Amino acid sequence: MDITTNEYKRCSLVSVSGRVDSNTAPGFEEALKAVIEGGQRNVVLELSGVSFMSSAGLRGMVSSLKACKKGGGDLFIATPSDRVSEVLKLAGLTSLFSVYDDVTAAVGDF
Amino acid sequence: MGRKRKLTVPGRFEYLAAIADFISEAGSEANFAQDTIFHVQMSVDEACSNIIEHAYRGQDQGEIKLSSECKKGEWIITIQDTGRPFDPRAVPKPNLNIKVDDIKTGGLGLYFMHQLMDNVEFTFDKKGNRLRMVKREA
Repeated sequence: MDITTNEYKRCSLVSVSGRVDSNTAPGFEEALKAVIEGGQRNVVLELSGVSFMSSAGLRGMVSSLKACKKGGGDLFIATPSDRVSEVLKLAGLTSLFSVYDDVTAAVGDF
Repeated sequence: MGRKRKLTVPGRFEYLAAIADFISEAGSEANFAQDTIFHVQMSVDEACSNIIEHAYRGQDQGEIKLSSECKKGEWIITIQDTGRPFDPRAVPKPNLNIKVDDIKTGGLGLYFMHQLMDNVEFTFDKKGNRLRMVKREA
């Protein structure tokens, strides 16, 4: 799993690629936690490169969303891979997250 | 049609990727569709993660034995461990259709297994837990 973070004026863009499973989910959650605890309450999570996401990854996303909202912000999902979209739908989480087909639009909505 | 394949790995999360490859190779050999292969990969990943977390209560506490058998239109996965007895009835159902603050994601792995596989059967004997899952393709 690879994670890169880019800072914008009103949000952080966190791009994830590879597998997000029970092995890598702690690092995934830690990366998001570092962004949020660093003072940024608005996050765009770009997931086009995620080849696999298990329930461990979903739990990390939900806990990060909670943390963002607690701080008055939000977490958007941008360009989820087909597998991520399928898992979000399976878990019934498609209405919980704002999902964008375009990263620029997601960043611009903050 | 595919053959019976076996894999034994240490109970460590770092082996989840190798398990996924094992499933992918077995499914591809048997000409199952990519969606079917993904569904079985997801279910097996969730099952093996649960074994490490709950049956073994941590990594390096035992092995995970997997077997994959492909028959015409039917894919049978068996996973065995020597950990604590697992009772699926004791796992709470996830509650996701509510406000974000009240969401409970515990039990999501088991929920996925039941959603993605056609049969999910847990048994326990003196050797340990045995999980048998079946995926059928029309």
